Formats: sequence, structure tokens, C-alpha cells
Amino acid sequence: MGIARSAALAWMFAGGIGLAGIAPVQAQTLTLAVASAPTSVDPHYHNLAPNNSLAYHIFGKLVNTDATARPQPGLALSWKAIDPTTWEFKLRPGVKFHDGAAFTGDDVAYTIARVPTVKNSPGSFLLYTRSVTDVQVVDPLTVRMKTRAVTPLLPIDLSQVYILPKGLGAEPSIEDFNSLKHAIGTGAFRITSFQSGDRAELVRNDAFWGAKPHWERVVYRMIPNDSARTSALLAGDVDFIEAVPTSDLANLRRDKRVALSEAVSLRFAYVLLDRSRKGAQPFVSGPNGEKLDKSPFEDVRVRRALSMSINREAIVDRVMEGAAVPTGQFLAQGNYSHVPDIGVLKYDPAGARKLLAEAGFPNGFRITLHGPNDRYVNDEKVIQAIGQMWSRIGVQTKVDAITWPSFIGRASKQEFSAFFVAWGTSTGEASNPLRALIHTFDASKGFGSANRARYSNPALDAIIERATAITNDDEREVVLMEATRMAMADVAMMTLYQQKNVWGMKPNLRYVARADEATHAADVTVAK
Amino acid sequence: MTTWMLRRLIQAVFVMLAMTVIVFIGVNVIGDPVEILISPEADQAERARAVIALGLDKPLWEQYWRFLLGAVQGDLGRSFVFNEPALKLIATRMPATLELALTAVLLSIVIGIPLGLYAGLKPDSVTGRMIMGTSILGFSLPTFWVGLMMIMVFAVQLGWLPSTGRGETAELFGVQWSFLTADGLAHMAMPAFNLALGNIALVLRLTRAGVRENLPMDYVKFARAKGISPNRVVFVHVLKNIMIPIVTVVGLEIGGLIAFAVVTESVFAWPGMGKLIIDSINVLDRPVIVAYLMMIVFLFIIINLLVDLLYTVLDPRVRLETKE
Repeated sequence: MGIARSAALAWMFAGGIGLAGIAPVQAQTLTLAVASAPTSVDPHYHNLAPNNSLAYHIFGKLVNTDATARPQPGLALSWKAIDPTTWEFKLRPGVKFHDGAAFTGDDVAYTIARVPTVKNSPGSFLLYTRSVTDVQVVDPLTVRMKTRAVTPLLPIDLSQVYILPKGLGAEPSIEDFNSLKHAIGTGAFRITSFQSGDRAELVRNDAFWGAKPHWERVVYRMIPNDSARTSALLAGDVDFIEAVPTSDLANLRRDKRVALSEAVSLRFAYVLLDRSRKGAQPFVSGPNGEKLDKSPFEDVRVRRALSMSINREAIVDRVMEGAAVPTGQFLAQGNYSHVPDIGVLKYDPAGARKLLAEAGFPNGFRITLHGPNDRYVNDEKVIQAIGQMWSRIGVQTKVDAITWPSFIGRASKQEFSAFFVAWGTSTGEASNPLRALIHTFDASKGFGSANRARYSNPALDAIIERATAITNDDEREVVLMEATRMAMADVAMMTLYQQKNVWGMKPNLRYVARADEATHAADVTVAK
Repeated sequence: MTTWMLRRLIQAVFVMLAMTVIVFIGVNVIGDPVEILISPEADQAERARAVIALGLDKPLWEQYWRFLLGAVQGDLGRSFVFNEPALKLIATRMPATLELALTAVLLSIVIGIPLGLYAGLKPDSVTGRMIMGTSILGFSLPTFWVGLMMIMVFAVQLGWLPSTGRGETAELFGVQWSFLTADGLAHMAMPAFNLALGNIALVLRLTRAGVRENLPMDYVKFARAKGISPNRVVFVHVLKNIMIPIVTVVGLEIGGLIAFAVVTESVFAWPGMGKLIIDSINVLDRPVIVAYLMMIVFLFIIINLLVDLLYTVLDPRVRLETKE
């Protein structure tokens, strides 16, 4: 045929493919792309967010969490503490595993017993089941768990543990899960293929006990590179992505090919000042470089001045491009144990200078701020911004952004004077950061495990310990709020902002954005 | 010949051993794998348990000794991250990288040599000059940028090719390959070209230089005087003489492409070994790092061996070892 005609056909063909690229989602297959690859299909192997995300599709939990991280009935319909060290769970009837076996209390007992036996786990789920000393199956739908000490948060801890069928036998190996032989759960989907680092394929479980998902088939792709993931959505190769990079947010908000869904995350960023030394700080010196014999951070006025001089709104607006919310505490508004009367610290550089002068530093001092450069969203840029803000009030700041493996090793050995990190409050309540970050480091009791700056306030410790032993939710909330107020007043840490979790999808899809960063294919719906 | 090969293989073993020592010491110095892998909420008891589970509580020399004992039995350790044998992990990802790297090498030979020949035979023509000018772009443009640009143009705007990932695979000799399916080829087009770009430029310029060097030589004049057809002069005689440097470079490049196609694999989300190694380095997954580097050392040695053998085929004057 003539050149003109074949050229015209070629253009139509290309145009057709181009249009197909932005066509709305057809049929019932959802292709989504996640930002980190799960390391295994075994739900008990590694307590890692991508592993837990994939496991949610295939396996079930006694207690689920909703979009604001509050507990909801899952495989357990209700639970209550029948005495201080015993929790009773009433299980949901009529639930079947993918292989047809009925779900009963025996499976719960099997699961709790299996968790400690997982070999070579770099991050075990024992953390959540350790307090359970005995699981009693009273009847097929009632389970009683005895705990070592008062454990008010056992239901929340169990919201991280996926239930396996007892038919898997003595010690199901990780290879059996990765080959899908033992990947049998009660979830909304069955897994039909798993290629580590590339993709997994899920098909709908028509015998699922809950709301039937819209999707017959889910292609669960793993695309860690931010630009590649966004391009895949724009090109139409995937229908739904998580963790939209902040640098693309401004453009994507205007782009008609993409719809966004945002929620305030449970993850917050903060700066810590070293409290492990009262004497000279390794990265602090006087305004002219002279040695300082005393750590300036012991004085609450210095800590408050440093916190006041950080313009949180500017960081959120310019560095995070609106993908964050300034904060003065651990949790955002609307979360359990959020303290309404603590607002965001007002940006006041003049006031900060005055406080510094009062504390004996009229000419400021020199400091080096450390942080990771490849771990958290915009971590490098945020610490540079803080460095500039501190320098404006006379605290000449050098900034050192280090790769994560090196940074976290050194931070854990108290090698830094000031550093930036973030924390995800996975349980959705303040007891989590209070226990792990604020309480004095105490290996024997397991408190302060992530308290790398070694902040220590015995009065506050007592309140925290009291709070973690209260089973009644309302009473506990009051004490948690009191502890939070005390921690923030004493500037135990400088909280900066809560991140926002952003999901991107084709314009005809909807997703209720979650605070815990998890992507659940079953919750992706088609707009009517 | 046999003594030569044996000597080479023994050298290989020593180099591999030296590599393992360097990696063990290096990884130990950078940081702590447990700190990276463990959940941030894990308390001190959990951290201690993880350290013991990964065998990191023992002194370094004892960890190395256990590694050597396992290595002679073929067990290079289990990945800290995946808890699968490190060798098996690498073997499952290898086909993806192999087919990408070999396609890139094929592209660089198929595109580079003809273009280089043309540029060498007609250096002052417009096409010849254009080829040389474009080749500069080939090795100076950064790979990740070119990759992202290709995705933007061909996948997002034109929609001709899929943006990321590996396509459907079909089985051959018990392994899944994606070049056997049309969908697989469509997915491989951009990453392979991206990877090949630098090499095409390299091979092109080498070929041209070789042609320019050989054309004025006496044997070419003699061949022409003898009446041999110009095609035969170029494609049989000149080509054979310029092959040695090209084979050396291509050999080196194959090893480099297989080992370090990290950037292309990251940009195109290609599930290969390159991504595995960079991720393993980031989380200090020592067993995988050691196993991978040992394999790469072995690969480079084998490639060098093959290149040396190829020399004797290409140039009968080359002797592998001097005869006493």
C-alpha cells in the first residue's frame, strides 16, 4: 500500500495504543505498584511493612485496624479482659481457610505457638506475642489468653499477627511459604504466584467472610524507584500506586490522568538532642570554636530555643510540598490520646535568641546536626532547612547527612549531639512512642528501646509505667495525655511534622487513605 | 594449554578468597545489619535474640571460619533479609539480568560494528561525521536520565512500549526467559537499549579507529592490487585484524553489564541481580554480598579466560604461554 496510507495506519495504531494507555480501568483486574518489595510470603518471618501489607491480602488477623488505626473486629468478634492477666476473645463463626478448613480457636493457639519457632527472623513477631504465656481454647469459638503481666494492649498487639491454619503442621518453612504451598489464609484473596522483587498475583477468594472485593484479580507489582512508579501510573501500566513522591505532588494534583488520596500518617519526624552526657558534647563547641565543658542541652531554655527557632510551617510548605502537617506532639488530631491543648510551637526566632541569652549563650554556639540521607522522605532537605534556621538565631550549624546503615549504627551508640529521625506509631496511641522513645532506657524491662539520645525523666517514667498498665481505654487516654504534656513541656524531643500518606490512582478509582501507610487492594473501589 | 588453564583456575580461587576476606571486614566496619533489619519497635530483648539468630554475636574470625566451612560444601550462607540460600537467591534473579546484559551486548555489536565500519570507511562523509558526533552523546549522557527520558517519551506520551518491569516469560531448559515472548521483548526493548548505549558508542569508536589504522597498511594495498573485491577486503581481512581490541572491550563490558546493571534495573524495575546487590548492600545483608561478589569474580575470570582463548582463534601469532 502507499506510503501515506501505511503512515496513516501507523499513526492511528500509535494513537490507539496511546489512548489505551489512559483508558479507565476495565474488567476486574487491578494492577497496583508498591514502593518496597516484601521479602517473603511467610507472615511471621519479618515484621516489615511491605511483608505485612502483602500478608493482609492473604491472611486474616483477630483484630483489624481501620484507617485511623483504631481496632476493629477481624477474625475475633469481640474481646474483653476477664481479669487483669486474662483476655477472652470471641471468634467469628463460619470462616473458612482457602483450603476449605474451618477457622477455630485451635488455629489461634497454633499461630501463637508458631511465632517463636520461626528460624533466622531478623525482626520477629515475638514482640507482640511474648506476653502470652498460655492459650486456652475454651470452645471452638472462644479463646482465652493468659499473659505474664497486665497487658492492656494485647488486642492491639495481636492486630499485627496473622493467623495460620493448624493444618500446616509442625514447622512450616519459609521456602514452603514462598513456593505458595503453605500460603493458606482466611484473607480476601488467594495468592497464585510470587516472584520475589518483581510481582505477586492474587485472585479473589469467593468464600471470604467479609465484603467481597470488586477485583477478581490483583497484580501486585513492586517498583521501588519513585520516578519509575509514577511513570508507570501515568503511562497506564498500573492503576494504583502508593507513596507518591512529594516532588511530583504539585504536578499530579493538576493532572487529569491521576486522582490522589491523602491521609495524615502515624509517622512523625523529630529532632533529638543528646542527653547521655552532661559534660562536653562531641559535636558542640563555643561560638568561636572553643571547647565547652558542659552540654548546653541540659538547660530546658536551650532546648526550647532550638525548638522555637524551627519554622515548621515553612518546612511543611516548601520542603515537604504540603505532604505533611506540622505537629507539637506524637499524634495528629482525631487520633486516640491526641492532646488538644498542645498546639504547634510558634515560630519565634527573636524569642529563641532571648532564651539562649538568658541561658548563658548570648553569642550562640556551634553544632553539627546529623541525619540520614536515604531513609525518610526528604530527610536530607529537612535537616538542611533546620541547619539554616538554627544558624539564624546564632547557633552556627553544620549538617551531615549519612547513609542509613552507617547513621543508625552510630546513633545507637550515642555518637551524635543532635540528629533527625522519624517514628511510626504503629499502635495508633501515644503509649507506643512514650514507651520506646521517652522512657529511660531499661533493657531489663524493655523500655526506651529506641531512646537513642538517652533522655531520662524518672517522674515521667512513673506516669508512663502507670499508663501502660491501665486496661480501661478512657482512663488510659487521660494518663497518656498527661505524660505527653509533660514530655513536650520538658522538650524531651522536638517534634516537627506528621507525614502524609499519598496514594495515586486512575481517575475512576477511589481509596480511603490510611494512617498506617498500608495498601489494601480490597479497599480500592470504582467510583460510581 | 592445560597447565595454563589450571594455573588460571588456581589464581581464580585465590582471588575469590581474598575477596571474601575484604567483604567480611568491610561489611563489619560499615554498620550493624541487625539495627537496620529489626523493627524500630523491637526492644532490647528482641534485638539480642535477632543478633543470635543471625549469628552476629560470634567474633568475626569465627563467623568467617563458619562461612568457609559452609562454602566448601557449596553453602554460601542464608540471606539475612530473605532467609533463603544466598546462591539460590542470586540464581533466581540471574536469568533476568543475563538476558538483559546479553541483549545489550548483542545490540552493541550489531549496531556498533557496522556503524563504526561505515564511519571508518567514509570518515569525511556527512553520515560518517554524524555517526561520530552522536556517539559522543552515547557515552556522555547519564544512564538513568536517558532511561527516564525514554520512559517519558515512549511509554507515557506515545504509549508504544510498557514503562517498567519484565514481561511474560516462557520456559527454556528449565529457566524462565522473557525474550521468548513478544510481550517480553516489548518490555526488554528500552532497558536493553539504555544499557547498550554506552557500549554502542564504545564499540563504534573502536571499530572506526581500527579501520582507520588498518586501511593504509601494506596488506590492504596488496590485497587490492591482487584484485580481491572491496567487500572481501573489508569484511574478511580488515575486520579480522581489528577484532582483538573489540573482543577485549566487549569481554570486559559483558562482565561489567552482568555485574553492575544497577541503574537500569532500578529505573525500569527490572527484577535482576543488580538490584539485589544494591539492596543487599543498603541493608548490609552480608551473605548475599559475599556470595554475589564471589560469583562476579568467578565470572570475570571465566570471561577473561574465554577472551584469551578467542585471541588464539583470531590471531594465530598469539601464544598463550611462552614455550621453553
